[in-house]
Amino acid sequence: MTVELGAFALILALALATLQTGMAVAGRLRRSPVLAGAAEGAAWACAAAVALAFAALIQAFAASDFSVANVAANSHTDKPMLYKVAAAWGSHEGSLVLWCLVLTGFGALLTRARGLPFGLKTSAVATQGLLGVMFLAFAVFTSNPFERLDPAPFQGNSLNPLLQDPALAFHPPFLYAGYVGLSVCFSLAVAALIEGRANSSFWPAWGRWVRPWALASWAFLTVGITLGAFWAYYELGWGGWWFWDPVENASFMPWLAGAALLHSAVVTERRGALAGWTTFLALLAFTFSMLGAFLVRSGVLTSVHAFAVDPERGLMLLAILGATSGAAFALFAWRAPQLKGGGMFAPVSREGALVLNNVFLTAACATVLLGTLYPLILEAANGATISVGPPYFALTFVPLMAAACLIVPAGPLLAWKRGDLKGVGQRLALAAGLAILIALAGWMAFDPRKALSGAGIGLGAWLILGALAEVAERLRLFRVPLAECLRRARGLPLGAWGTTLAHAGLGVFVLGAVVETGYRVEAARPIAPGQTIEAGKWAVRLDSVGVVEGPNYLAEQGKLTVTLRDGGSPKTVTAERRFFPTGGQTTTEVGLDFRGLDDVYVVLGERGQTAEGAPAWNVRVWWNPWARLIFLGPAIMALGGLLSLLDRRLRLGVNRKPAA
Amino acid sequence: MKRLLLIAAALFLAATPVAAQEPPPTPDRPLADAAQEARAQALFDDIRCVVCQHEAIADSPAGLAADVRALVREQIAAGRSDQQVRDDLVRRYGDFVLFTPPLRGGTWLLWFGPLAVLLAAGGGLWLSARRRSVVAEPLSAAEEADLAQILADQAVRPDPDAKPSDD
Repeated sequence: MTVELGAFALILALALATLQTGMAVAGRLRRSPVLAGAAEGAAWACAAAVALAFAALIQAFAASDFSVANVAANSHTDKPMLYKVAAAWGSHEGSLVLWCLVLTGFGALLTRARGLPFGLKTSAVATQGLLGVMFLAFAVFTSNPFERLDPAPFQGNSLNPLLQDPALAFHPPFLYAGYVGLSVCFSLAVAALIEGRANSSFWPAWGRWVRPWALASWAFLTVGITLGAFWAYYELGWGGWWFWDPVENASFMPWLAGAALLHSAVVTERRGALAGWTTFLALLAFTFSMLGAFLVRSGVLTSVHAFAVDPERGLMLLAILGATSGAAFALFAWRAPQLKGGGMFAPVSREGALVLNNVFLTAACATVLLGTLYPLILEAANGATISVGPPYFALTFVPLMAAACLIVPAGPLLAWKRGDLKGVGQRLALAAGLAILIALAGWMAFDPRKALSGAGIGLGAWLILGALAEVAERLRLFRVPLAECLRRARGLPLGAWGTTLAHAGLGVFVLGAVVETGYRVEAARPIAPGQTIEAGKWAVRLDSVGVVEGPNYLAEQGKLTVTLRDGGSPKTVTAERRFFPTGGQTTTEVGLDFRGLDDVYVVLGERGQTAEGAPAWNVRVWWNPWARLIFLGPAIMALGGLLSLLDRRLRLGVNRKPAA
Repeated sequence: MKRLLLIAAALFLAATPVAAQEPPPTPDRPLADAAQEARAQALFDDIRCVVCQHEAIADSPAGLAADVRALVREQIAAGRSDQQVRDDLVRRYGDFVLFTPPLRGGTWLLWFGPLAVLLAAGGGLWLSARRRSVVAEPLSAAEEADLAQILADQAVRPDPDAKPSDD
């Protein structure tokens, strides 16, 4: 019964989205606040209907109702409850409902954004409604998650065991909140192209309206991608966290475009400049979200993450992508030349630094796009197959981002309109000097000495110290009494703290990524219980291997002791090889020993034999120095985004008198 | 059910050492020479496991990846250079086998595209900023007031210019 209710709610949502679009368009054309208000009501009702459908789907999964095809295909009675629920968004159909939920939910929130002029808001609500119509129609007509099976099977096929993991249970909701949150920026951009005027007072306001959505989406994406990377790190058992896999790239492109959008929207808000460019980025960011959905779901890419692959649905997604982005960019091409923003600025200025940031981020984004799509294009063009992997991105993407990172600390210190490069240089001299010393120290401290890794360590330190220097400058630290500093710290807007945190978090990430990539040590060989394998300064002894039974799997569980090579500071870790009888799949459960910032990462492999013929297990050990920072950095960045979001300057309408 | 599970487990655990049908994967035997082994490891990261999704042979548990690792070690031990090893693999499996795409006719756009985008984006923004700084005028007093009002008065209010903008 709830299943039919869910199916009905989904169809109802499609009808409501259609109604929302129609009423918003009519309301805009007739300038009727009543119709526009009704459209806003429809937006809320639509979100509620999708929420109901999603709840019904979750209920079907929680109750293991195998008469629903989607549940039978993706669940199993033996699964722990968390993964039963998470399986609701573990398949193509279910995740599409989640996508629609975020789309309509953000659409409903958009109607609450205060201060938007009537025309702009109504056009944005109409655009958001139209997006809802397309994706809901896609769900209802091609990917109905509520389809029944007759007869219902006794047992389900279970979720891919690789996906049965806490990080991955929460990865999609965050990722989608980010992906689809960008749809609001898209709608606001379309609305601005329709309503916008070459009036220099319009764009600063628009920049302020679009920024919170961009910030929230970007922060969600940051968390989502980091969870995914963390999952890949400890679940795939390859010792790595980012593989430049096409699907990873698909989620990274909206993030890069979103980061560019955030920065360019600041310029538009503060100075009214770059209006066209910011609009373009807002369209681009959600286009990349849709491109990502297409790439992941259509099966055109081979990837370790590809799921729910179906060429026909891929074609539908491509059609939606072409229609929405095509129309939006056509509108942009037509209208953008008429929309001059104001705001002149000298090349050396806050605006100039942000423009440079945008140039690098856009080029980096284009690099990821090229690297992801080029094999497809080349194969279609002349049948040649190539692989684009980490070495390519190391040579193209990394230098671009390194250059972008170099200018980051200068940005917040430069004045608007016309900056004083010499003054900024003086303020950053200490940070720069220290960063160079740290680079040298890093180069000397690690073995073997690698110039590039030393430079990378210096870059990470530069970002962190630059962020600190900026705070010190704002607080006038060491130049005024401490009490005055504290008073200034309290007076500093949250947005400024957010910027500082996000930039410092980027530095933390760079440090982790550089050191882990440059100095990870790996060792692998078959060892019998009692034997030891060494990786760098660590020694790992296999103590015992036993069989344990999980809720829906059986595992060979190895107990291993990690010590320093001289035997000091022992710690026990368990690593497992899990066998899931339902799908016949085997997964590895990595044993992770946290040592300060480092990880000792242990994988228990297949059973084999030692040279003497005794039973042995293939044990792989990685020493991943500073790996903790790789995941800590993005967490700090996301926190910075959250802080900025809480800045009251961005809370539209708050603290302002309601309109008469 | 539980018995079934246990039977399956017994089969699984018993079967692993001999791997019923498939031949056992070539065991990984590191080269004795540490420098040679390091070269081999570096190559493993750049060689794709051609039967896998997007994995280097360094990471893949597949049998083929183990075979290719053994092959690479064998060739390095025989004194081949890294480039010779790569060329040999490309001859066997095509360009697909390397994660570093070759630089030739069809891929120049791939390799130089990022630079082109950087120059185009930089040049475009630079030009538009320059043009703007020449053409644009500071806000007029009326516009300043308008801006102040939009930012201050954040309430829904009737659209000031009735027609969709055609200015």
